[in-house]
Amino acid sequence: MKNPRIKMRVQDKDTRNSNFEEVALGYNLEEAKQEALRCLDCKNPRCIDACPVQVNIPAFIKLLLEERLDEAYYKIYDDNILPSICGRVCPQEKQCEGACVLGIKGESVSIGALERFLGDYALENNVFDKVDITENHIKIGIIGSGPAGLACAAGMRKMGYSVEIFEALHEFGGVLKYGIPDFRLPKQIVQTEIDRLKDMGVVFRKNIIIGKTITIDQLLREGYKALFIGSGAGLPSSLNIPGENFSGVYYANEFLTRVNLMKSRNFPMSPTPVKIGDNVAVVGGGNVAMDAARTAKRLGAKNVFIIYRRDQFSLPARLEEIDHALEEGIELRLLRNPVEFIGENYELKQVKVEMMKLGELDKSGRRSPIPTGEYEVYDLDSCIVSIGQSPNPLLNETTVGLDVNKWGCIVTNNYQTSIPGIFAGGDVVSGAATVILAMGAGKSASVEMDLYLKKKGIL
Amino acid sequence: MYQIIDKISLNKDVDLMVIHAPLVARNSLPGHFIILRVDEVGERIPLTIVEVADENVTIIYQKLGYSTKLLGTYNVGDELNDFVGPLGKPAHIRDSKHVLGVAGGVGAAPLLPQLKEYAKRGAKVDLVIGARNAEHIILIDQYKPFCENIYITTDDGSLGKKGFVTDVLMELYLTKTYDHVIAIGPLVMMKYVVQMNKERKIKTDVSLNPIMIDGTGMCGNCRVTINEKTFFACVDGPDFEGEGVNFDELIARQNYYKDEEHTCNLKLVKK
Ligand SMILES: Cc1cc2nc3c(=O)[nH]c(=O)nc-3n(C[C@H](O)[C@H](O)[C@H](O)COP(=O)(O)OP(=O)(O)OC[C@H]3O[C@@H](n4cnc5c(N)ncnc54)[C@H](O)[C@@H]3O)c2cc1C
Ligand SMILES: Cc1cc2nc3c(=O)[nH]c(=O)nc-3n(C[C@H](O)[C@H](O)[C@H](O)COP(=O)(O)OP(=O)(O)OC[C@H]3O[C@@H](n4cnc5c(N)ncnc54)[C@H](O)[C@@H]3O)c2cc1C
Ligand code: SF4
Ligand code: SF4
Ligand code: FES
Repeated sequence: MKNPRIKMRVQDKDTRNSNFEEVALGYNLEEAKQEALRCLDCKNPRCIDACPVQVNIPAFIKLLLEERLDEAYYKIYDDNILPSICGRVCPQEKQCEGACVLGIKGESVSIGALERFLGDYALENNVFDKVDITENHIKIGIIGSGPAGLACAAGMRKMGYSVEIFEALHEFGGVLKYGIPDFRLPKQIVQTEIDRLKDMGVVFRKNIIIGKTITIDQLLREGYKALFIGSGAGLPSSLNIPGENFSGVYYANEFLTRVNLMKSRNFPMSPTPVKIGDNVAVVGGGNVAMDAARTAKRLGAKNVFIIYRRDQFSLPARLEEIDHALEEGIELRLLRNPVEFIGENYELKQVKVEMMKLGELDKSGRRSPIPTGEYEVYDLDSCIVSIGQSPNPLLNETTVGLDVNKWGCIVTNNYQTSIPGIFAGGDVVSGAATVILAMGAGKSASVEMDLYLKKKGIL
Repeated sequence: MYQIIDKISLNKDVDLMVIHAPLVARNSLPGHFIILRVDEVGERIPLTIVEVADENVTIIYQKLGYSTKLLGTYNVGDELNDFVGPLGKPAHIRDSKHVLGVAGGVGAAPLLPQLKEYAKRGAKVDLVIGARNAEHIILIDQYKPFCENIYITTDDGSLGKKGFVTDVLMELYLTKTYDHVIAIGPLVMMKYVVQMNKERKIKTDVSLNPIMIDGTGMCGNCRVTINEKTFFACVDGPDFEGEGVNFDELIARQNYYKDEEHTCNLKLVKK
C-alpha cells in the first residue's frame, strides 16, 4: 500500500495477555512526525467535523511537524482537555479518523495516536495551561468526577468560580478509574489530570453520595449557586433470564470494579478478592465486554469467549479493542443469545444459548437478530454480563422536580435540567456513550452555567 | 479521614466504635448503614449505623474475617481511610402495636435502632436474643429500658435457655401473638424464623447482608431474589419482607469467596 500508516508499537501479544501493562506503547517524536507528514492539511477538513468536540486536527498536526509541541498541545486543549485519555479511548474509526480523506483509498491519518503523543508529552513535561484565575467567590457544586464532571469543573474554575466536586466513591475519575482497565488507560494518567485540576484550585470531596449523604436541596440551601450533574450511567442492565443471580454470574461493573478500583488482581496484597475460574463467557459486544474479556484473560482464565447476538461486523466496540482481544486469544461466539444459566446449588455451571440469524435492518441501522429455535450449552465457571448501563435512579428519586425520560436519563434543554440552576451532561443525559461526548458536554455546560449565573445577576 | 472517638469491647469477638463522621450523621435514620475502608488498600465493608449522636456515628462489628479483624486493631485516635453513608433505605416502620424482635449474634446491633423506634412510637416490644454462648449475648443493657420481655437463648446453654432462637419462638407462640416480627441475624436464622412465621401467618421483616462493594446500586454484587424478582440490597434494602426471599441463593452468594477470604486472613496473622 502506498503511504501506509506508522504503526504504534505494541506489547507482544503472548506476553501482554498475562500482565496489566499498557498494550499500545505510543509513538516517539520521530514516529509522530512521520505520521504527521501524511496529513494533507485539507482545505475542508472532514476530520474536524467528525470529531464530537471539533478538535482542529490539521492545525495541531502542522504545529507538531514544526516541533512546536507546546503549541500543538494547546491547540488540542482548546477543545479537548483530556488528550492523553481521548487519544487512547476515542472510537476514532467512527469519528475523526473515520472521516479522514486518506481513509477513502487507503489508511486514514492516526489522529488518535498523534493526540495521545502530544497529551503524554504535556503530562511528562508538565506543560499546562497556566491561566490566571480571578476569584469571584461564587460556589458551584459538581456531582460526579467522571469526564463530564472534570470538564465542567475545569471550565467553571477558569472563569473564577469556587468549584467543589462531590464523588460517591473513594477515588476520582468515574469510569476512567473503575471501568476502563489499566492495559488500555493507565491510571496514572487519569490521576495526573486530576492533580492538575487540584492545582488549579478545584476542591475534590470523596465519599459523598449526593441524594444520600447530602441532597440536592441541601446543597442549594447551603449556598451553592449552581450545580452540574455528571453522575454517569452506572446501573447495569440485566438479561432477565433464569439463573442470573447464581454465584459466578457477574455484571461487568462488579467484575471491573473489583479488578480496577479494588485492585483484586493483587489479591491477597489487596484484600478484595475476585474469582473467575478457567472457562469464562462474556455476554455483549461493546467496549465494556471487550474490557471484561481481556481482563479475565489476564487474571489467568484459560478459555474466554464472547457471546454476542449479532455478527462480528456489528460489534459496537472500538476496532482496536476487538483486534487486540482476538490477538490475545479471546474467542467470539457470534449470533448467539443466552436464554438460561444452569447451576448447581446456586453456583453457575453452564449457559444455554439460542442460535440467532440476521433479519431485516432495525432502527439502529443494523440487521436485527432473529431466534432460530436451536440451542447450544457451554460449560462455564463464570459469566460476565456486559449488555449495557443506564443512569442510576438515586438522584432523581431523592430530588423533587428533576425530570427524567423513560430510560431514566435526565432531560435537559441546552444542559439545563427541569430545575433552574441545575445542569447536567454526560452519560446521565445521553445514556452510556463515550468519554469525549461526556467531556464535551461538561465543557459546554460550564459555558451555559456561567451565562445563567450572569443572567440571574448572581455574577 | 474519619477519626475513632471511642472504642468498647463488647466481647472477645465484637467491638463497638464511635466514628467522627458529621456528614454521615446528618441524614441518618434507623436502618441505614455505612461502608468503610480501614486503610488505603482496604476492602469496602458494610456495617449498620447503630446510633447517631451529634457528629458521631456508632457501629458494632464482629471480627469475622480480614477486614473486621483489621478494624479491631485500630484504636481511639486512629483514623479510618473511608466512611461513606448513610446508605440503603431507612427501615420501614409499620403501624404495629405488638412487635417481636429476634436477634441472632451480632444481629442484635442492627436490630437495636429499629426496635427502639417502635418502642418510641408506643408499641409493646419483646425481644428474643440468641448467640453461641453467654459471652456473645450483646447489648442486653441497651435493650432492657424499652423491652417488655427479653428471652435469652444460647447454643450451649451458658445463659438463658439452651438451644436456638427458633426453639424459643416455638414456645412463645403457644401463648403469645404479635402483629409482626423483625428478625436480624445470620441468614440461616432468618430463613428459619421466616419459615416458622409463614406457617403461622405472621409477617417477618428481615435485614439482608449480602456482599457489597459500592453500596450505591452500581455493581450488582448485592443482588437478591425476592419472589422471583431481583433487588439490589444496598439501594432497595437492606430491609425486606422476609416471605419471598430466596435465602438459599443468598447464602451461596455470601459464601462465594469463602476460600479466598481464608488466604487473606492468613496475611493479617502473618503481619
Ligand atoms: C468498561 C468501560 C469501557 C469503556 N470504554 C470506552 C472507550 O474505550 N471509549 C470511550 O469513549 N468510552 C468508553 N466507555 C464509556 C465512557 O467511559 C463513559 O461514556 C464516560 O466515562 C461517561 O462519563 P461521565 O462523566 O458522564 O460519567 P462516569 O464516568 O460514569 O462518572 C460518573 C461519576 O459520578 C459518580 N456518581 C454517580 N452518582 C453519584 C452521586 N449521587 N453522588 C456523587 N457521585 C456520583 C460515579 O461514582 C462516577 O465516579 C467505557 C465505559 C466502560 C464502563
Ligand atoms: C447492610 C449490611 C449491614 C451489616 N451490618 C453489620 C453490623 O452492624 N455488624 C457486623 O458485624 N456485620 C454487619 N454486616 C456484615 C459485615 O459487612 C461482614 O461481616 C463483613 O463485611 C465481613 O468482612 P471481613 O473481611 O471481616 O470478613 P470476610 O473475610 O469477608 O468474611 C468472613 C466470613 O463472613 C462471611 N461474610 C462475608 N460477607 C458477609 C456479609 N456481608 N455478611 C455476613 N457474612 C459475610 C463470609 O462468608 C466469610 O465466611 C452487615 C452487612 C451488610 C450488607
Ligand atoms: S477527541 Fe477523539 S474524535 Fe476528536 S480528534 Fe481527538 S481522538 Fe479524534
Ligand atoms: S481529513 Fe485527514 S488528511 Fe485531511 S486534514 Fe484531516 S487528518 Fe489531515
Ligand atoms: S453493593 Fe454494588 S449494587 Fe449494591
